[in-house]
Amino acid sequence: MATTTTAEPTRRDFIYIATGAMAAVGAAAVAWPLIDQMNPSTAVLALASIEIDLAPIQVGQAVVFTFRGHPLFVRRRTAKEIAAADAVPLSDLPDPIARNLNLPDGAPATAANRIATAGGAAGKAEWFVSSGVCTHLGCTPTAFEGDFGGWLCHCHGSMYDTAGRIRKGPAPQNLEIPVYTFETATKIKVG
Amino acid sequence: MSGPSTYVPQTGFTRWLDSRLPLLRFSHDTMMTFPTPRNLNFWYAFGAILTFCLGAQIVTGIVLAMHFDPSGAVGAVPGSSLAFDSVQSIMRDVNYGWMLRYLHANGASMFFLAVYIHMFRGLYYGSYKAPREILWILGVIIYLLMVITAFMGYVLPWGQMSFWAATVITNLFSSLDQITGGIKAGSHIATWLWGGFAVGDPTLNRFFSLHYLLPFVIAGVVGLHIWALHVPGNNNPLGIDVKGPQDTLPFHPYYTSKDAFYVGLFAILFAFLVFFAPEFVGNPDNNIPANPLVTPPDIVPEWYLLPFYAMLRSIPQKLIGVLVLGGAIVTLAFIPWLDTSRVRSNRFRPLMKQFFWLFVVDCLLLGYCGALSVDAARFGIPMVWVARLGTAYYYAFFWVIMPVVGLIESPKPLPDSIAKSVLGNVAAAPAE
Repeated sequence: MATTTTAEPTRRDFIYIATGAMAAVGAAAVAWPLIDQMNPSTAVLALASIEIDLAPIQVGQAVVFTFRGHPLFVRRRTAKEIAAADAVPLSDLPDPIARNLNLPDGAPATAANRIATAGGAAGKAEWFVSSGVCTHLGCTPTAFEGDFGGWLCHCHGSMYDTAGRIRKGPAPQNLEIPVYTFETATKIKVG
Repeated sequence: MSGPSTYVPQTGFTRWLDSRLPLLRFSHDTMMTFPTPRNLNFWYAFGAILTFCLGAQIVTGIVLAMHFDPSGAVGAVPGSSLAFDSVQSIMRDVNYGWMLRYLHANGASMFFLAVYIHMFRGLYYGSYKAPREILWILGVIIYLLMVITAFMGYVLPWGQMSFWAATVITNLFSSLDQITGGIKAGSHIATWLWGGFAVGDPTLNRFFSLHYLLPFVIAGVVGLHIWALHVPGNNNPLGIDVKGPQDTLPFHPYYTSKDAFYVGLFAILFAFLVFFAPEFVGNPDNNIPANPLVTPPDIVPEWYLLPFYAMLRSIPQKLIGVLVLGGAIVTLAFIPWLDTSRVRSNRFRPLMKQFFWLFVVDCLLLGYCGALSVDAARFGIPMVWVARLGTAYYYAFFWVIMPVVGLIESPKPLPDSIAKSVLGNVAAAPAE
């Protein structure tokens, strides 16, 4: 087939581009379902809240529950642990943000903000509730270990204090506080 | 390099086939008469050994898949899963299941042992230098695919190490949150990989699917790797070009027999591991069923990933740690352009040779650091600092030492030809 070069685009040029564009759109339309099938299905997304009875938990005890497939920490702190968390100045914190889903984004990581419940309501100092997922690479930290008496993540050495705030190690953020509320004095609803 | 084909069909059928699909001609030219430098040593046997490893993994893997159940659903014993139970069933009930699984699990270790020797050999003899850049890069791609495949295979037994390896490695992507701001692209990638909000049943299923697929992708890239090898031909321990037929031998029978001998030796070592120390490279914690609420006190990857694990842990910042880890492999693809030397083989590079052996020691040292707990100390030295130093040397070797030494070093004189080097000053080799 002889080819000719013309200054003006020809109808053949138009057909080439239109065909290529249609093929690209078609390929993308086929690719998306193949990619999106790996995302969580609606059945997985529809996760209910959980209720936790706090009554059996003793002072100084840390318990791990399951919430949306992840560990959830509930810890009944001693007076000493509460005082230790309260005494930390914000300037000592690698992550000064509260990371509390009950508070607006960017709230400072004060001890009070770390226990605030749904809608920002003040929590009870004795009860500390947080996600049990280390913000480094997702391991579950162990309670009562590390230099700050809170948690130590054995995977890569991140240390959290008694308010779940990162103090040392590679984790970038404080343990996340999920949305929760006190239904009665000894029962919380998470999520 | 292979030149015109010398294949002559001998029978009526092969003549008929040759004019329709010249498959036998292709095999003859690539596996029989292919001219190969006559001075290839032991270290060049690892290409054949790796082909053997890939074949062994695929064969044992296909039969194991007939007995494996990729489900995280609760199994017979509380806390176990159908996947965990099916692996126990393979070990106890399936005929020869124990042997097939030990071959497959230890086969992965042997595969990595061979690939590391193959890579160090390529580094030492400058096999990445022009005109073999594509050959080298395809090798890096194969290595990366091997790491991904091995990681996914490690997840399948659904024990504690499986589960937490999957958690930690998929969470590496979440570090991207630190540069994508409010979009949280990294977390979305992690969720997409999991098929949920945490590692779970959907993750196990897709990892099984991909673990079955990727070895065949590796086999395809190996085909390209060999194709890219057969265009310029093999490098050799002298690192000088083949100058004519006197420098080469036909691949068969010279290298088929030599490779077969070393594959045999390798198989003896492999069999020793499988039959006398089958759990040597395994981790006992993986005999505990996966528990999403309890991380084992010491999680370590398989030995072949320990150097990279040491790099990750030595960096106290999440995103930078992940980038250093990934960059360590990506760096390998740039080696052909980082080495500025005109001479390929380290035999003739007195200065680079020392840095090379220091690099080998550095990789072993990083592996040792990766196996220790994060706060370990030896002789009063915190090992995390040793790992930092090791990481720095790893990067410096490629990005500083390679370009600089290539410019300042005076290489030793190169021999005139492979034939002269091998046969002394005989003018030409006797006809083979």
